[in-house]
Amino acid sequence: MESEYSKDAEMEKLLEDLRTSGIRKEDWEFHDSHKPTYSTGIGINRKVVEEISDIKNEPDWMRRFRLKSLEIFLAKPVPTWGPDLSGIDWENTNYYTRPDEVNANKWEDVPDEIKDTFTKLGVPEMEQKYLAGSVAQYDSEGVYHNLKKVWEDKGVVFMDLDSAIREHSDLVKDYFCRAVPATDNKFAALNGAAWSGGSFLYVPKGVHIDMPLQTYFRMNGEATGQFEHTIVVADEGSKVHYIEGCTAPKYDRNSLHSAIVEIYVKKNAQARYTSVQNWSKSVYNMPTKRAWVDENAKMEWVGGSLGSKVTMLYPSSYLRGPYASAHNLNVSLAGPGTVKDTGAKALHLAPYTSSRIVAKSISIEDGKAIYRGLLRMNKGAIHSKSHVQCDALLINDKSQSFTYPHDEIYEPTATFGHEATVGRIGTEELTYLRSRGLSEDEASSMIVLGFLDDVMKEIPMEFAVEMNRLIKLEMGKLGAVG
Amino acid sequence: MHHFRKVPTLPELAIRELSASVENKQILKGVNLTVRGGEIHALMGPNGAGKSTLGNVLIGHPNYRVTGGTIELNGIDLTHKTPEERARAGLFLAFQSPVAVVGVKLSTFLRTAYRQVHPEDKVSLQQFYDRMKVHMKRVGLDESFMSRSVNDGFSGGERKRFEILQMVMLRPKIVILDEIDSGLDVDALKLVADEISEYYNDEVGFLIITHYQRILKNITPQFVHILKDGRVAVDGNRDLSLRIEEEGYDWIKNA
Repeated sequence: MESEYSKDAEMEKLLEDLRTSGIRKEDWEFHDSHKPTYSTGIGINRKVVEEISDIKNEPDWMRRFRLKSLEIFLAKPVPTWGPDLSGIDWENTNYYTRPDEVNANKWEDVPDEIKDTFTKLGVPEMEQKYLAGSVAQYDSEGVYHNLKKVWEDKGVVFMDLDSAIREHSDLVKDYFCRAVPATDNKFAALNGAAWSGGSFLYVPKGVHIDMPLQTYFRMNGEATGQFEHTIVVADEGSKVHYIEGCTAPKYDRNSLHSAIVEIYVKKNAQARYTSVQNWSKSVYNMPTKRAWVDENAKMEWVGGSLGSKVTMLYPSSYLRGPYASAHNLNVSLAGPGTVKDTGAKALHLAPYTSSRIVAKSISIEDGKAIYRGLLRMNKGAIHSKSHVQCDALLINDKSQSFTYPHDEIYEPTATFGHEATVGRIGTEELTYLRSRGLSEDEASSMIVLGFLDDVMKEIPMEFAVEMNRLIKLEMGKLGAVG
Repeated sequence: MHHFRKVPTLPELAIRELSASVENKQILKGVNLTVRGGEIHALMGPNGAGKSTLGNVLIGHPNYRVTGGTIELNGIDLTHKTPEERARAGLFLAFQSPVAVVGVKLSTFLRTAYRQVHPEDKVSLQQFYDRMKVHMKRVGLDESFMSRSVNDGFSGGERKRFEILQMVMLRPKIVILDEIDSGLDVDALKLVADEISEYYNDEVGFLIITHYQRILKNITPQFVHILKDGRVAVDGNRDLSLRIEEEGYDWIKNA
């Protein structure tokens, strides 16, 4: 009962916080007046890609990789099997925008305008309180990175990928685009050609990092593209929690975010990747995220997909060694006028592997939430198991939710199960809570929080609070719900 | 010589000429009823007379539309107030069929509600839970229910016990019990009735809505009203409910 009590005390604080929080969309939809020092101009072609490579003063292998990726990107059609992507303005997007030439280790060395932006977003404060290390990216480049000395001394590497390529070239080369090759899809190919920034995190054998490490991505410019590439390597027997947060101002013209995240979880290691995405409603969010999970290793994906105009995201786990396991927990919030096409992929390639996928979606007004998943059990993945659970909550009559699971089972001893539920916030439930004194707002927040309860437990408290605020904000705009 | 008297602060729910419709169907056609602190009223009537509708209209259920008349509590007009405003004014309905609210934890819900209806009471979470546990025991709900979702997977009887738990914890001034005995076996009914009697005092008024007179064997009303075709057709006392048990409702003419 004691732990119950402390959980409820937290919940009470949280509700109190929701009641009193005066957070407004402007709190992160602002844009500062920082002028980029350099941009490749609009559109992408061989010249632009070479220019990016020149600016970065890269080794030759990287330049060749970029150009090869560009060819693949240009050759591949825009996928049409999912949401409408016709709003992406390929020709008028700015593919590389560089802020002041700076990559500081101390916040005071970051230019004022940029520093103020990150301060408003609470990044330095969070770093001080909860994090073992932090990287901040502004448009195309990292502007800040820092790792607490205790971890540096243990051989942990954490910095933006550009710096890592300069300082740890051989290490990076072992992992760069192995899990996600440029041929994977059009957006991965685009990332290969235009990538800039992202993080590189290497945790040596046996090292357990008990505080999370975070990268915060901020897009400031209008009609820009952000193409970061993140690599996390949890070497044998290590343990790490890596977090990403992202926001952008709201503009009339659409922006494009197309990231690559590669995670390598070696034998007996554990990695958790948490991301809370809150892009504004002018952003197409098309990342490719994939983990290779080796023998007896454990991969956890925790995601909050809150903002953006359209998101297509299916974090994938390749269970490559016996007893490898993956766990996906995702919350998608499809606000008015937006589409969330999200899900997960689990590929069981070895015996005794297991996966568990929990996907929760909330659709508000005409928001559309889609679960799209792939479950593959290869022949020989004996006694592997998987469980997929999709829960949808619809807030009013126009909201929509769809589920498209896809199973490829080639192993007779494998077991798997699917569960799906759809609920609406109905008048009866709201009235019941209100008849006890709860305001309509409080009642609907409680229902939503209740719906998300099992996911919220997995998210660090401060992220849960943030997520609740965002949900409340979306709901609050509706006035009367139900 | 003036005779000074303490101004009474006893609650008074005054329902005057109340008419209401649901889905454009007129159900209540001018109900008059006054419930004061210290009084127990039974509202009986045949199926379809509008008994549950009255309960829902009194708490401001958005599916019901008031088409005439007024609802006042202590002189404050509640006719067009929101359900939460009515709850905060001291009105409480124990629902006939309480809905499940999946994911909303019973303890958190009750605590949040309490803070809304009694903002002046700074009781700590721990004290509040201790109080809750005492009453849970009395109504026969295991402590483990605290961490369950509101009404989710509860039996009919457990739902009713929880309604009564909410009543004693939220300390309303006017309590409406809608078919509180349905779903309860004899022993459970005794527990619930005892808890209601325990809560009953001069500062609380009760309106017990019931089709049968079973509950009235455990809780004795001073006033009995028969609702028929959307109006109070007969007012009386305990004897009236006994007559209903003997003869049914057929003898009552529409008002």
